[in-house]
Amino acid sequence: MSQASNTPPKRSLLRFMDGWSLQKREAAAAYVYIAPWIVGFLIFTLGPMVVSLGLSFTDYRTIAGRAPNFVGLDNYLRMFNSPDFWQSLRVTVTFAAMALPSGLVLSFVIAILLNQKIPFVNVWRTIYFLPSVLAGVAVTLLWILIFNPQIGALNQFLALFGIRGPGWLTDPNYALLSLTIMSLWGIGGGMIIYLAGLQGIPTDLYDAAKVDGANVVQRFFNVTLPMMTPVLFYNLVLGLIGTFSYFTNAFLVGGADGAPLKSTLFYNLNLYRTAFRFFEMGDASALAWIMFVIILVLTLLIFRSSEIWVFYEGELRGKK
Amino acid sequence: MATIQSSAALEATPPQNALRRFQLGMKGTRLILHVITTFLLALGAVVLMIPLLYMISMAFKSPAQIRTDPLNLIPMSALTVQIDGRSAPMHRVKLDGVERELALVRRAPGGNAQFVDPANPEEVLLLPLADAEPIRYFDPRLTNFQEAFTTVPFDRYLINTLIVTFGGMTGMLISCTLVAYGFSRFRAPWLNVLFLVLLSTIMLPRQVTIIPTYLLYNALGWVDTLLPLIVPAFFANAYDVFLLRQFFMRIPLDLDDAAKIDGANSFQTLLYVILPQARPALISVAIFHFLYAWNDFYEPMIFLHTPQNWTMAIGLQSFNALYSTNTHLVMAASVVMIIPPILLFFFAQRFFMQGIVITGVKG
Repeated sequence: MSQASNTPPKRSLLRFMDGWSLQKREAAAAYVYIAPWIVGFLIFTLGPMVVSLGLSFTDYRTIAGRAPNFVGLDNYLRMFNSPDFWQSLRVTVTFAAMALPSGLVLSFVIAILLNQKIPFVNVWRTIYFLPSVLAGVAVTLLWILIFNPQIGALNQFLALFGIRGPGWLTDPNYALLSLTIMSLWGIGGGMIIYLAGLQGIPTDLYDAAKVDGANVVQRFFNVTLPMMTPVLFYNLVLGLIGTFSYFTNAFLVGGADGAPLKSTLFYNLNLYRTAFRFFEMGDASALAWIMFVIILVLTLLIFRSSEIWVFYEGELRGKK
Repeated sequence: MATIQSSAALEATPPQNALRRFQLGMKGTRLILHVITTFLLALGAVVLMIPLLYMISMAFKSPAQIRTDPLNLIPMSALTVQIDGRSAPMHRVKLDGVERELALVRRAPGGNAQFVDPANPEEVLLLPLADAEPIRYFDPRLTNFQEAFTTVPFDRYLINTLIVTFGGMTGMLISCTLVAYGFSRFRAPWLNVLFLVLLSTIMLPRQVTIIPTYLLYNALGWVDTLLPLIVPAFFANAYDVFLLRQFFMRIPLDLDDAAKIDGANSFQTLLYVILPQARPALISVAIFHFLYAWNDFYEPMIFLHTPQNWTMAIGLQSFNALYSTNTHLVMAASVVMIIPPILLFFFAQRFFMQGIVITGVKG
């Protein structure tokens, strides 16, 4: 009778834990709760990474219908000798060099302007943020239409001033510039992160600077900018990774081959067509792994350099 | 200004007045700065909104309107009447100081044209064309939407998109809540290391793992079904776990302790203490997931092959490939596709901001 009330049927499942200490039970509970992620990490991240490393040393083709053969470093050698690989790197790096700095500076400047006490500030914030929410096929098709050399709005607008606009997306010299303009339309995403960062800067820092006689410019360079470096850093890292996984716009503009003349053959596009157009899973796995290595190295480089230029509030406290 | 006002006061308290003038000057420059800032922001806002307005305007235009009047954002048509079985455009003409509405029937040499009054077609007037202004009226083409949606089965694509979006959202909310709870409320060996591993996966683009995952789904027979787009959401993702964990950390531990004293187990604490408090964060991650799934093109492109399994994003892309000359139809379908994100944005803007404040700044 008393025994039955001590062990309700619900607990009997967990009876194996009866002798455990409280710490051990807490740890067990933690692992039970995070189990979905651990399982997901093994199935969808760690497992695939190991498998793709293995596949990158084979000649596996999905449509060949035979088991993969070990071919050593062949895929990597072929990749480093392939003009498409180097072209895709060139396209990706060029685009990153155009779109990242311009987007970073512009969204930061707009965030600073939107952080002032000006009339209708909420209306402006909404308008600047809205385009970034609308990413996707619909927006890309809109821009393809705007950039259309004959019927597009941009060239027709330029024609009003007697300017003959270029074939924005059909001219290899202009294709990446056009994609940069497209990406700048969505700067609201970065802007809103900076705005949140700016609003998180304690006002007493500004007050202290004012007491010390710092003017607006000095306050910007000695308070605002250092306090914002972690956010700038975060956006830079994610932006860089974003360029390597850039797909939708490039695919819709130039198809899987990066038309015109492979001028929009982004790294990820090359990976996509190798895997899902040519079915060369071995080559594609090698491309994926090199992509991983490139991102890893770049991220580590930024992290290293961040010790010089990123300022964390905690550091000062640590030094005391 | 201050000097003219009262020189007596200036002499009486010179330092104060100088300070005052200095402050007034500061206020003046600040005002000018604010005017410039507002002007620049307004200009930028107009530039940003024009593509969107252009898209909406194209969706309501007929091919003829797009051809003849491409830059006008408002779809207009010329007003015409039937004269002798032929359609003639109406013009507004000033005749002897009286404004009359006449139909242009034939152009004549010397910049003139023959006009008639539709009420009295017998009387023909020869007037200079420069004095006549065509009458145009607001003429949106609503059938674009109907036409676009009957040309391809967009309703099928919509259903698929909704299944993927809300199926994935359910999985994401359940799994990420559990995982974030595990990472925020318990002490266990290696938990911090595991959390760092989780965070580092934010840096890992999905392309790195796409090939083996594709082969796995292929082996399971899931390729060309919606499952690859839904099932992974049930295994949590780094970004949403991070956001929820940051939010859970802010909920006072006293509440957990009170629940524990009342005899609640850890799951009941999550259900009845943490979750009601965390509603804003849950809404934020749900919105982010909605936008992600709604707009995603890459994975549907890889996993879905037969048209009846397509999502809106793929359907729209192929619609454009097939009917790219029918700009008005492509834009009509595109407008429909951006309506849900726009509505969500306007009704839930607060939660967007909140989600960004939680992750972006403390990152």
